[in-house]
Amino acid sequence: MPSIKTLAQREEKEIRFTPGHTLCAGCAEPMVVRTVLNAIEEPVVAASPTGCLEVATSRFPGTAWNVPWIHVAFENAAAVISGVEAAYKALTKTGAVKKRIRFVVFGGDGGTYDIGLQALSGALERGHDFLYVCVNNEAYMNTGVQRSSATPACAAATTSPVGDAIPGKPQDRKDLTEIVVGHHVPYVGQAAVSHLIDLANKVERAMKFDGPKFLNVLTTCPLGWRTPRDSAIVQSKLAVETRYWPLYEVIEGKYKINYKPKQHVPVEEWLKTQGRFRHLFRDPKGKERIVEFQAAVDRHWNDLLRKEQCLSGGEADQG
Amino acid sequence: MRRVMTGHKAVAEAMRQIEPDVVAVYPITPQSEIAEYYADYVHDGIVHTELVPVESEHSAMSACVGAAAAGARVMTATSSQGLALLVEVLYIAAGMRLPIVMALANRALSAPINIHCDHSDAYLARDAGAFQIFCESAQEAYDYTLIAQRIAEHGKVRLPGIVNLDGFALTHTAQVVEPLEDEAAKKFVGPFQPVYPLLDVAKPVTWGPFAMPDYYFELKRAQQAAMEEVPAAFLEVQKAYALASGRRYAGFVEGYHLDDADRALVVLGSTAGTAKVAVDALRSKGEKVGLLKIWLYRPFPYHAVAAALAPVKHVAVLDRALSFGAMGALYSDVATALLRAQARPALHNYIYGLGGRDITVEQLEDVLAELGKVRPDEVLRYIGLRE
Ligand SMILES: Cc1ncc(C[n+]2csc(CCOP(=O)(O)OP(=O)(O)O)c2C)c(N)n1
Ligand code: SF4
Ligand SMILES: [Mg+2]
Repeated sequence: MPSIKTLAQREEKEIRFTPGHTLCAGCAEPMVVRTVLNAIEEPVVAASPTGCLEVATSRFPGTAWNVPWIHVAFENAAAVISGVEAAYKALTKTGAVKKRIRFVVFGGDGGTYDIGLQALSGALERGHDFLYVCVNNEAYMNTGVQRSSATPACAAATTSPVGDAIPGKPQDRKDLTEIVVGHHVPYVGQAAVSHLIDLANKVERAMKFDGPKFLNVLTTCPLGWRTPRDSAIVQSKLAVETRYWPLYEVIEGKYKINYKPKQHVPVEEWLKTQGRFRHLFRDPKGKERIVEFQAAVDRHWNDLLRKEQCLSGGEADQG
Repeated sequence: MRRVMTGHKAVAEAMRQIEPDVVAVYPITPQSEIAEYYADYVHDGIVHTELVPVESEHSAMSACVGAAAAGARVMTATSSQGLALLVEVLYIAAGMRLPIVMALANRALSAPINIHCDHSDAYLARDAGAFQIFCESAQEAYDYTLIAQRIAEHGKVRLPGIVNLDGFALTHTAQVVEPLEDEAAKKFVGPFQPVYPLLDVAKPVTWGPFAMPDYYFELKRAQQAAMEEVPAAFLEVQKAYALASGRRYAGFVEGYHLDDADRALVVLGSTAGTAKVAVDALRSKGEKVGLLKIWLYRPFPYHAVAAALAPVKHVAVLDRALSFGAMGALYSDVATALLRAQARPALHNYIYGLGGRDITVEQLEDVLAELGKVRPDEVLRYIGLRE
């Protein structure tokens, strides 16, 4: 399993993602990208849909990518990587390509949960050999923090604003990780930017498999979440500690929760530090909504525990 | 060897001989058989192609772009709604200068939904940046698939190309086709030379960057320059094809009895065959009528069209699609071509055959008979329509 030192050494040897980008100060996205790229030993070809990461790393004539990288549009990164991987297979057959190359997509939640879901589902079903990393910051950040289906309930976004009639996003977020599990691909995982070694380990375990692999990575966005610039890691950590964002993986259908917080930290602790939830603490009805929010978190967590117990391959620990 | 085959099969045969590394395709009537024939080749193991049976046309073109950028030779095919769905990515393929050849089985666009032929799909892709060729017959569909591949991959071009064949009229009717021997076809197309392939991991390249107002304009101008190279490449490849096949296509357009004609039709696609019969019938009665068939639709061959039509007195341009709120798209192009001609013919615009409405020899004879009698004006006339 790669240690921070190994990851750093790999980066020293070959910088795959360079600092020459224009992501916001305090943005969590580059940490995720660097960790994933450094966790893979073989050569990588990467793809991204339209979004913050793409815009901030590829302004012509510059680039932050020191691995081959492609952006085509917003809704099709999984289809694009399908084509790249198909080309790789064909050219390996003809002998034109000889090296083992790995394929990785870094896609935002908008490009993955919403507009790109069909392309993702198709690529998973067809069984292409690639890793899809959802750089999930829970809204369309690049275009001004509009809501996505990954945006949590109650959160303020520019298309789910806190109005007098409707305070924030009425709907709960979609469980994309479980949707991917339904595709019966060899590896599915959830990770968070606060737990980089866990992320690197997951990438390493995932890359042992041929076929589609998926990682949903909570990737804090201080700008969109309306938190201080230096809060990305703290925010992500709290999301994990409150069980809002469980770290787990499903390897060949077997569930494993990678981290079980010892203490029950109420999700309110996480909500109250973010501007997007501020209204919950001002509005008289906010208390009720926080209770509902907590109930949803508990329900998901308990579901996950049960899945681990039933579908663990036999060695589930209690938590 | 001459064989009887449908337009589908003719295109599929050309594709088998080209043997692209990747084919990503999604079925839609009347294109599906191209996908099915190709799937047979792949499943029978007679081509090395990776078939990507995508979940939509949008993903078909997206996978083609990914594969082409990776360094593979890539082909696809679609029709109508499929074209409409993928057109976003077709623009991108052109902007990225990727030589993806796509057969387009021309079919009407919804609504109402209709599976039959017209050219609204081709017109929708008109400004995408792909060159477009229209075919009259299954033989042409075969020949121009091979020719398009070489134009697309031409060092000065490197653009996507569309080979149009009329849905049903060409895709589903059996005609005599004389394909090249496999060896000759492969030799004609030649090996694929990728440019800055993604799979060359030793030389990492960023594909599909984001360009601000400081660069976007120049990049688009460069794309236009590539398009401007198509006509020269087209003639060059036609010549090479004549050597390989013995079939000589010369030029961007085909004139039929135009030299001394005082009245003429301008058409795209399979209607040229019907029009030739109409022209022959009127010629046998001593009438000076002719036809201009356009092979290369984009880039539009303004000079060739002007040269062919300038001596004619009355011209009917036939559009097989409406450009709502404007004159027909082909008419507008022909009118532009003739703007600077010395003796300009009187131009008329006829709309015909929408949603697969039949176009008959008699109707085309009637149009030719009418020319010179109706006043030319910016009015759409309709053939075979119940008003
Ligand atoms: C077809 C299409 N629709 C809409 C857009 C506008 N658009 C570009 S990026 C984006 C949001 C990206 O959100 P996400 O995928 O979550 O990435 P983030 O910027 O948050 O990292 C939107 C709506 C587009 N480029 N293309
Ligand atoms: S808006 Fe958010 S996701 Fe986008 S660059 Fe800034 S911090 Fe990162
Ligand atoms: Mg996002």
